[in-house]
Amino acid sequence: MRVYVDGIGLLGPGFGGWTQACAVFRGETAYAAGATARPTVDLLPPVERRRCGDTVRLALHVGVEAVRASGADAARLAAVFASSSGDGEVTHHICLALARAERDVSPTRFHNSVHNAPAGYWSIATEAREPSTSLCAYEGSFAAGLLEAGLQVTAGQRPVLLVAYDAPYPPPLNVFYPMVGPFGVGFVLSPTAGATSLGSLELTLAEDGDETKLPDPALESLRRGVAAARSLPLLVALARGEQSCTHLGYLPGANVVVDAAPCAPPCGGDAG
Amino acid sequence: MNPLIVSSFTGVSCLGAGVEAWSTALAGRRSGLRPCAFEDVAVNTFIGEVPGLDRSPVRADLAAYDCRNNRLAEDGLKQDGFLEAVLDTRERLGAKRIAVILGTSTSGVMQVERAYQQADPTTGALPHFYYPETQNSYSLAAFVRRFLGLSGPAYVISTACSSSAKVFGGAARLIEAGLADAAVVGGVDSLCLTTLYGFRSLELLSDQACRPFDPDRNGISIGEGAGFALLTRADGAAARAAPRDAIALVGIGESSDAYHMSTPHPEGLGATLAMQRALATAGLAPTAIGYINLHGTATRTNDVAEGRAVARLFGREVPCSATKGSTGHLLGAAGIAEAIITMLSLRNGWLPGTANTARVDPECVCRVLLEGEAARSRYALSNSFGFGGNNCSLVFGRI
Repeated sequence: MRVYVDGIGLLGPGFGGWTQACAVFRGETAYAAGATARPTVDLLPPVERRRCGDTVRLALHVGVEAVRASGADAARLAAVFASSSGDGEVTHHICLALARAERDVSPTRFHNSVHNAPAGYWSIATEAREPSTSLCAYEGSFAAGLLEAGLQVTAGQRPVLLVAYDAPYPPPLNVFYPMVGPFGVGFVLSPTAGATSLGSLELTLAEDGDETKLPDPALESLRRGVAAARSLPLLVALARGEQSCTHLGYLPGANVVVDAAPCAPPCGGDAG
Repeated sequence: MNPLIVSSFTGVSCLGAGVEAWSTALAGRRSGLRPCAFEDVAVNTFIGEVPGLDRSPVRADLAAYDCRNNRLAEDGLKQDGFLEAVLDTRERLGAKRIAVILGTSTSGVMQVERAYQQADPTTGALPHFYYPETQNSYSLAAFVRRFLGLSGPAYVISTACSSSAKVFGGAARLIEAGLADAAVVGGVDSLCLTTLYGFRSLELLSDQACRPFDPDRNGISIGEGAGFALLTRADGAAARAAPRDAIALVGIGESSDAYHMSTPHPEGLGATLAMQRALATAGLAPTAIGYINLHGTATRTNDVAEGRAVARLFGREVPCSATKGSTGHLLGAAGIAEAIITMLSLRNGWLPGTANTARVDPECVCRVLLEGEAARSRYALSNSFGFGGNNCSLVFGRI
């Protein structure tokens, strides 16, 4: 199936947005891993803004950046949220509370504990009543989300927002699923090429085999260090505006293969 | 949409193991809800517990996956000849051609709850538990995929209480696109402290067995359960092998409320959209629907919003019922459990009543059956609505 990438959002260690990241991906500036900038969630009403935690903010931030770049109307987009890990901060605090005698769980934390919390906040913020799903395939969650978003685009002939995000668990939970840092990526995918389209993606399923790795050791360790960053080889290819074939690890027995091709001046250029 | 044959389905809940036990319990308007005596939980509520899970670890070769949720999954897979039906389909289609799309809200979170209770008092360090195999949301699909020896596309949908209704949509898209020829869909959610104390914190737990659509309803009763369905193409060899009275998934509608994280839209706006979209994908008029299994949680807000939305779209004559008074609210497994009850209504020609409910709240306006009744309908609809305003309606039909 073929879909077009109309906008990208990106936040992670050393990446403050898609345009800045493009310079790194094209080799114009060196990658400098650092802290991830704090996400902004201006679009949320103040009450919801106070209630949501950093993981929800990360997901919303990259969703907003992708939608703005695409020029799409957020309220009309279906949405796919993919996370390998959910919200460890929320799990941690609920489990702490449950380990105490009173077991007084915070009601806000409880409603934030659902895997679809970012999707819920997103629809409230954007007034999107379109379908949204929230899925997990552990370390293959980005590939699973991309496949499902692609299927929704082609089945419904409609644009779809894909957001993949993961944020480190706090101690002591982090021992069981370590991550190098928070990483979120958003794509607006559409069935036809438009004015803002950066490239086309041809998605297929294949036998599992080697995933596409990155030659830059720092970027490669980021790719391996947090599941949502498995998107990096695809992002690099899109930034360079090159034809590419990326093997994304999905499940034991299956990879998602993405053949990407540029269809307009890539990011930073004048999309006209 | 192209209909998908449901060539086998099964479930386990507090009503019993296997769908015959469910049919019998529903025919007797029986509730499986009992006063909560789960673990050391001190919450004044009723629950729908599946007995025996403490004593039955998962298959030995998958021991790392052992947790209450996956035990419940295994229990479900072994009922109603479901396992045999999947293995037979695997033989014919190949393991790579069968997808596994499942829903859960809390997966094996009890493993991490226990770990925190046993944390080192000085360092806070947790004892070991198998994180990816138990607590991670995907663990359910990983377990079921391995248990059944399947290697097609797989993921878990976790959209709270609509999770295991939406799995039908994910599977339908994979099959329609030719990436799979069949799919195991379903959902499993098991009792845990997070949901019991979490719903208590929101003041949404009833102190009695829940009474959907009763004017005196005062909240939900949490249950646990597993349900699975095997979906195959309507035009393939697997479909030709299906029994003559087979049920098909003919429509699915999904929507978001865009209103509040834990309160449904007061006019049921998102619910209406989901039902309309389900009818549209089925190519059916509202009058074609002969029965509606309501989401019917027995909270003040859900039932009135849902009842009004149903009456606006379908009028006040179509028979509806809410079966959570029998099963409890299975959360991430509610969608599949009620899909199964809806399919049973078509297969048995009998519509279940609404257990525990003494009379119908006039504010809810739709026609809620208190007692079950015989009725042969061609099409029936099942509603599932979740936290985050996430809605899904399914339409099933006899073919």
